[in-house]
Amino acid sequence: MTVYILRRLAFLAASLLLASVVLFLLLRLLPGDPANALASVGASPEQLAAARQEIGSDRPLPEQFVTWLHSLATFDLGNSFVSTLPVGPEIATRIEVTGPLTLLAFALALLIALPVGFLAAHRANTWYGLILNGVSQLGIAVPVFWVGMILVTVFALHLGVLPAGGFPQDGWADPVEALRSLALPVVTVAVVMSASLIRYVRSASLDVLGSDYLRTARALGSSFGEAVRRHGLRNGAVPVVAVLGIELASTLLGAVVVETVFALPGLGSMLSQAVAQHDYPTIQGVLFVTTLAVLVIGFLADLAQRLIDPRLRSTLSGGKP
Amino acid sequence: MTVKRTTRAAPRRRSVILIAGCVPAGLIVALALVSFFWLPYPLDDTSGGRLSPPGASHLLGTDKLGRDLLSQVMIGARIALESGAGAVAIGGVLGVATGLAAGFANRWVDDTFSALLDVLIAFPTLLLAMLVVAAQSASLGSAIVAIGLAMTAVVARLTRILVKRVLAQDYITAARTSGTSWPRVITGHVLPNIWPTLVVNLALQFGLAVLAEASLSFLGLGAPPPNASWGRMLQEAQATVSTAPYGAVAPGVLLVALVVGVNLIADGLRDTLDPTRRRSS
Repeated sequence: MTVYILRRLAFLAASLLLASVVLFLLLRLLPGDPANALASVGASPEQLAAARQEIGSDRPLPEQFVTWLHSLATFDLGNSFVSTLPVGPEIATRIEVTGPLTLLAFALALLIALPVGFLAAHRANTWYGLILNGVSQLGIAVPVFWVGMILVTVFALHLGVLPAGGFPQDGWADPVEALRSLALPVVTVAVVMSASLIRYVRSASLDVLGSDYLRTARALGSSFGEAVRRHGLRNGAVPVVAVLGIELASTLLGAVVVETVFALPGLGSMLSQAVAQHDYPTIQGVLFVTTLAVLVIGFLADLAQRLIDPRLRSTLSGGKP
Repeated sequence: MTVKRTTRAAPRRRSVILIAGCVPAGLIVALALVSFFWLPYPLDDTSGGRLSPPGASHLLGTDKLGRDLLSQVMIGARIALESGAGAVAIGGVLGVATGLAAGFANRWVDDTFSALLDVLIAFPTLLLAMLVVAAQSASLGSAIVAIGLAMTAVVARLTRILVKRVLAQDYITAARTSGTSWPRVITGHVLPNIWPTLVVNLALQFGLAVLAEASLSFLGLGAPPPNASWGRMLQEAQATVSTAPYGAVAPGVLLVALVVGVNLIADGLRDTLDPTRRRSS
C-alpha cells in the first residue's frame, strides 16, 4: 500500500506539472496577445510594447514558463489585469462560497442517489422502478442552469421562502443567512448530480442483486437485508467509489455554472468574468486551483477505492487497464 | 444495463427505445431544416412588441426586444445540432486517431500518453472550452472547436482501451502469423470490433456537447447575438423570468428533449449493435 501511495503521489505531481504546462501553453500559443487585454483599446504601439514588458510576454517562452512555475511554487498567482489586485487572496475568499456549495451539493446528491439508485435496481421490474429510471434519464439531460431558473421562479419569486440570489456581504459572519443563500444553488446542483449518480448506484446494485454470492448467502439462511449488508455493500461500493472522484469534479463544475444563475461571488463567476475580460492571470489562477482540486480528488478517490477493495490493493501498479 | 430481461420482450424493448429517441431528435432536426428555408419572422424584426405572451401572431411570444421567440428557437435548433455534430466530428476524428496510435505504440510511449490523457480528462470540458474561448473571442466556431478538443481526450482514452483489448485476442495473432499487414488488421479486425462501442459513446458525447455549448452560451461565451443559441435565450429570459416566464420554457424543453432523444438513441444503438447483447437477449 505504501508503495502504491508513493507511486500515486509521483503521478499526482507529474500530472500537476503537466497541467501547468498545458495551462501555460494554451494561453500563450492560441492567437490573441495578452498585452492587448492589459493596454486600453486604441493603445499606441509604444504603450503595447510597455504592456508586453510589464507582463513579460516579450520574453522567450521557456523563460516565461520558468518565471511562472517559480511564482506558482511561491503561491504567487500574479495580479489581475483588470483590478490590479493579487489573484491568490481573491481566489481564497471565493473558495469560501464555491467550496461549501460543492461539498453540500455533493453530500445531498449522495443522500438522494444511494437509496433511490438501490430502490431502482431492487424494484427494476415494477412501475416505480421504471419511473425512477426514467426520471434519472431525464436528469442527466437537464442543463443545471435551467433547473436553477425553475427553482428560483418557484421558491424565490412565487413562494418567497428563499432568496433568489446573492450572498451576504460579510460572508459567513451570519451562518444562517449564508446557508439560506446557498440553499437553492445546493439543491439545484444536487438534483442534477444525483441523476448520474443514481445510474451508477443502480447498475452496481443490479450487479450485486444478481450475483451468485448473494444467492448463496440467502440459501445459507441469511435474510435479504443481512445478505445485502454483509456481502453486497462492500462489493457494490467499489464501482460507485470509482466514479465519485469524477462526480465530485463535475459537481464543482456544476457549481461554477450555477453561480452565475444565483449571482454568487464564487470561483465560477470570477472565472466567467475573467474570460469575458481576457484577464489572463485570473483565468490561469482559477483554472490552476480547480485543476489542483480535481487532481487531488482523483488521488483520494483512488486511495479510497483501494481501502475498500483488497483485490486492488495487491496490485502495485497504477491499476491502469 | 438490465440484467434480467425476458427473451421475448427484448427485441421489442430495443426498437421502442430507439424510436422513442428518434421522435424528439427528429422533430428538432426538422425544425432546424425548416429554419434554412423559412422563419416566421426575421431575427432582427422587433415589430412584435416587447415580451408579448404566446398568441396567434407569435406562437411562443416575443423577447424583451420584441423579437419572435419561435424564430429564435428554430435558429437555436440549428445551432444546437451544429455544435453537437461539429464537436463530435472534431473529437471523434482526433480521438479515434490518437487512441489507435496509442493502442499500437510501445509501452513507454503508451504510458506517457495515457498519463497525458488522464490529466487532460481531469480538466473539465467546460473549463477547457472557457480557456479556448478566452484566448480567442466568443463565437460559435471557437465554442465548437473548444468542446471538440475537450472531447478528444475522452474518445482517445476509450479507443485506446478498446484497441488494447482487441489486440490481445487470439484472432489478431492468427491474422498476423498468416501474413496480414497491420493496415489490413486495423481495417479488417480492429475497427469492426470497436466501432459499435465508439458509435454509442459518440452519441452520448453529442448530447454532452449540446449541453456544453448551451452552458457556454448561457455564460455569455458562445455565439454572439443575433445568433439565438438556446443557452443564450435562457440567459436573456432569466432577467425577465418573474414577469414573462414563457421565454424560459421553449429553449429549456427543447434542450432537454434533444439530449434525452440522443441518449435514448445511444441506448437503443448499444442494444442493437452489440452482437453479444443481441445473442444473450
